[in-house]
Amino acid sequence: MSPLLEVKGLTKRYGGLTANADVAFDVKKGEIVGIIGPNGAGKSTLFDLITGFQPPDAGRILLDGHDITGLRPDRISRRGVARTFQKLKPFPDLTVTENVIVGALARTSDMKTARERALESLAFVDLLEKRNHFARELSTGQRKRLELARALATSPRLVLMDEVTGGVDQRSIAGLIALVVELKQRGLTMVMIEHNMQVIMGLADRIVALHRGRPIVFGTPEDVRSDSAVVDAYLGSIDVAA
Amino acid sequence: MPDSRADMLKTALAERLWPRPPLWMSALGAATIALLVIYPFVFTTSFSHHLMILILLYALMAQSWNVVAGLSGQISLGQAIFFGIGAYSSTVLFAKYGITPWAGLLVGMLLSALAAIAIGVPTLRLRGHYFAIATLLIGSSVQIVFQRWDWVGAASGLYVPIMRTAPFFYLQFHTSKVPYYYLALGAAAAGYLAVWKLRRSRLGFRLQALRDDPDAAASLGIAIARHKVLAFMISAAMMSVAGTFYAQYVLVLDPERLFSTEISIIVLLMSVLGGSGTLWGPAVGAAILVPLSEYSRIWFGGTGRTIDLIIYGILILLVCMWRPSGILSLLEERVRRRATTP
Repeated sequence: MSPLLEVKGLTKRYGGLTANADVAFDVKKGEIVGIIGPNGAGKSTLFDLITGFQPPDAGRILLDGHDITGLRPDRISRRGVARTFQKLKPFPDLTVTENVIVGALARTSDMKTARERALESLAFVDLLEKRNHFARELSTGQRKRLELARALATSPRLVLMDEVTGGVDQRSIAGLIALVVELKQRGLTMVMIEHNMQVIMGLADRIVALHRGRPIVFGTPEDVRSDSAVVDAYLGSIDVAA
Repeated sequence: MPDSRADMLKTALAERLWPRPPLWMSALGAATIALLVIYPFVFTTSFSHHLMILILLYALMAQSWNVVAGLSGQISLGQAIFFGIGAYSSTVLFAKYGITPWAGLLVGMLLSALAAIAIGVPTLRLRGHYFAIATLLIGSSVQIVFQRWDWVGAASGLYVPIMRTAPFFYLQFHTSKVPYYYLALGAAAAGYLAVWKLRRSRLGFRLQALRDDPDAAASLGIAIARHKVLAFMISAAMMSVAGTFYAQYVLVLDPERLFSTEISIIVLLMSVLGGSGTLWGPAVGAAILVPLSEYSRIWFGGTGRTIDLIIYGILILLVCMWRPSGILSLLEERVRRRATTP
């Protein structure tokens, strides 16, 4: 079975800065792949390349065996790839329900069906209470859940989540993790950028560790935990001789 | 899913997709419609008819700006282009070929939509202020072209040939303004009904989404550039309708006036004053600014031509200070926030 997502030799440069260099990994159906790395490692750039918001300078992106490299974001979305943004992007002047309806309209043109899908999606992320509020009135944690509900309402095959637990208080993190676990049980394939090591080690089947745009490890959480390069990248190397 | 959440979902699903406005709003709306229908018989002077005809036409024009700017977030400063195209289309076809202005109305809408594609395809791909700048400059250029173009009368413009028979075929009425009033009312009503439908459609939702955040909209499968052009086309066609009716009403085409930047700006002011992005805001703006302009002309005569613009400026300033989203924005949000069970 071919992987759902396959990334090969993905490279992106901004002037002299190399944001991604030769990034390669694959995501099997039903799997959670984590992307880790210190700030500036090129994690969000990688998401932008996969979802078409930036064109890569080199490399290929295959979705279910089809080349989607360089397609526009809306076309990639229509092929079943949804994403959330690290810098949250709700539609502030639409209500919470209206926000998610826009997502649901990716799959149906019937407003009634779209609204039903939207409300189900909101129930899933436990945001129904706020359904008639404007998105601009929500807290950060609520916005994260709104963005997830909106992405899920497009009925995606693959969801890329950019730091779902970032900037969220400890109690809400447990709720968000439970959502991810339930999505996995439903068979959804996910790629997650995550800063919280404890969270990603527990959730991911495999992990890509990026450092200065380069993949230094791609393997199981155990592989990553025991890899000295990852420890170096995060903590800096310890000069024992000194 | 816990039971409480399942119950809440059931409650939410039973709610109306679009909440009913509170009773007083519905009553006010019904009273306004009733008043509009009987207006020419309540106020019988020619001036009161003239005033209302202008309010209705400007309400339509302001709504056309509202579709591209209020719904899809693209600031057009060239709406006069389509006002002029509408006026010239029907008049050229009638004056030169004897074709009924009703056909000219449709031709004008088509040509305006095509012009919107020609202007929008290159400029709406860009983000930021490029579209506003481009429409402003193209608007001025189009005016100059019409002022030099001999076939359409150049700077002296065109006259709509006077016809004394078959008024509804020729769309001109010489004994009373009342037929014009009902035509303007019909045009405005059709425009507002269309926009009301649009706002509740998939296209309407997608336009508002890309206005609020183009990246998020694209990530949900919305083709940004194509949707912006679509909004501009609808806006242009609406503006064109007002142009044709205006031409049939004044029977004189002056390119200086029809293609003026002033018209492009005034439709913006009306919409912003009343509440851009709301359904009724543009109509409220027109109902405030048209009488202001007409009465200042009466009170101050020819020298008062710019007094209305000074007052507009002050009004806009006040709205910006106290309610930047326009007079009606709060009312509409209150309705959308209402969750009512059937």
